[in-house]
Amino acid sequence: MSLARRIIPCLDTDGTRVVKGVHFEELRDAGDPVELAARYNAEGADELVVLDIAAARDNRPTFLETIRRVAEHLAIPLTAGGGIRSLETARAVVRAGADKITVNTAAVERPELLSELSAEFGAQAVVLAIDAKRDGTGWQVRIRGGRQATALDAAEWALRGVEMGAGEILLTSVDRDGTQSGFDTELTAAISKSLSVPVIASGGAKTPAHFLEVFTRGEADAALAASIFHDQAQSIRALKEYLRGNGVEVRLPC
Amino acid sequence: MKVTLIDYGAGNVPSVERALRRLGAQVEATNLAQKIAAAQSLVLPGVGHCAALITALDARGLREPLIEAIGRGAAFLGICLGLQALYESSEEAPTLRGLGLLPGRVTRLPDEVKLPHMGWNTLKSVRASRLLESVSSDAYFYFAHSFAAPAAGNETVAVSAHGREFVAVLEKGNIRAVQFHPEKSGEAGAQVLRNFLRAAA
Repeated sequence: MSLARRIIPCLDTDGTRVVKGVHFEELRDAGDPVELAARYNAEGADELVVLDIAAARDNRPTFLETIRRVAEHLAIPLTAGGGIRSLETARAVVRAGADKITVNTAAVERPELLSELSAEFGAQAVVLAIDAKRDGTGWQVRIRGGRQATALDAAEWALRGVEMGAGEILLTSVDRDGTQSGFDTELTAAISKSLSVPVIASGGAKTPAHFLEVFTRGEADAALAASIFHDQAQSIRALKEYLRGNGVEVRLPC
Repeated sequence: MKVTLIDYGAGNVPSVERALRRLGAQVEATNLAQKIAAAQSLVLPGVGHCAALITALDARGLREPLIEAIGRGAAFLGICLGLQALYESSEEAPTLRGLGLLPGRVTRLPDEVKLPHMGWNTLKSVRASRLLESVSSDAYFYFAHSFAAPAAGNETVAVSAHGREFVAVLEKGNIRAVQFHPEKSGEAGAQVLRNFLRAAA
């Protein structure tokens, strides 16, 4: 009995359709969230993340109907986020079917949001998403979909976020995101070692070897990817078989 | 099969309801004492802080009807906090009284491991049970918790481990409970819910 490392497909949506882009830019259509969610659920994904990436950009309300439709097809945990700035919005997202909520920019602007969410839903339901960009010897926190710099150090912010009530960190390398050149294992290991909560590595995945590296050298508890799964360039089952063959404990559904 | 789902505002009520409906159960989500007192089968979901569950049950006057219904033989399934609430107390909310249907105290998992214990883990069977019938011994289940019940009692039918062993599945007469989330545990979780529905029928 030991905890399996998790593979988490992510659906970046514009509220209703799945989109993809490089470095958070140049968005294009990548499919229907409900179809993709049902496929990942069947293929052995361990969780699913659905983000409304347009919400932060356009300040639009989130995409409750999409969450509702996706949740209908899932028998695995669902994390939803994008534009959650208040307890009221989070309640609506949870009522629509999300098991966890992820917050990013709003938590940087008002860290108390993490405590409010944690008090209401429990730390296990609060995922602090951090977009980190290499800055000298450390990493700087970026907000608004990676486009805006902050004065925060990513490692310090992650620690503070956990103190404030986050039960998990979704750590995206802004440098690697969309490049398919592999996870930033150095960033992931630095954050994962310093924290008492699980870390989900994100940004840059392409090959099974990238996942193996982020679970071993990067000490990630989970790894997230989007486009390689959407394109069917990588099947989740084959990825998990590869990881198990290389000594990483993963859940292989029957 | 009619199931009364105790809806005191827990985050996972909708997904438990969806999962039971998918299996053909007729689900009534309620926070009314008289419906709980009269129920033939009861599901107590829960996720988050155990104080939220206990205070919500007491604020709505649901503690006594729930204990009465279980006492007269209603099939009961506790999920996550719904398992922890069965014990006398929890370290998570030391001043509150649990339902006290099982002896012992729920404690925090050791700090040497990352908490919450979040993700998919396997079970070790202690003895045969209805809930784990036709479930493969290497099946994974989804957990999301930092506190857990001691595995010492004879109600324990399977344990899991994260830092220490803890109760993952228990059965004591008509009382059944799981620490993991069957509603989020894929096909293995659906089989556990199906087994509960059969045992309750």
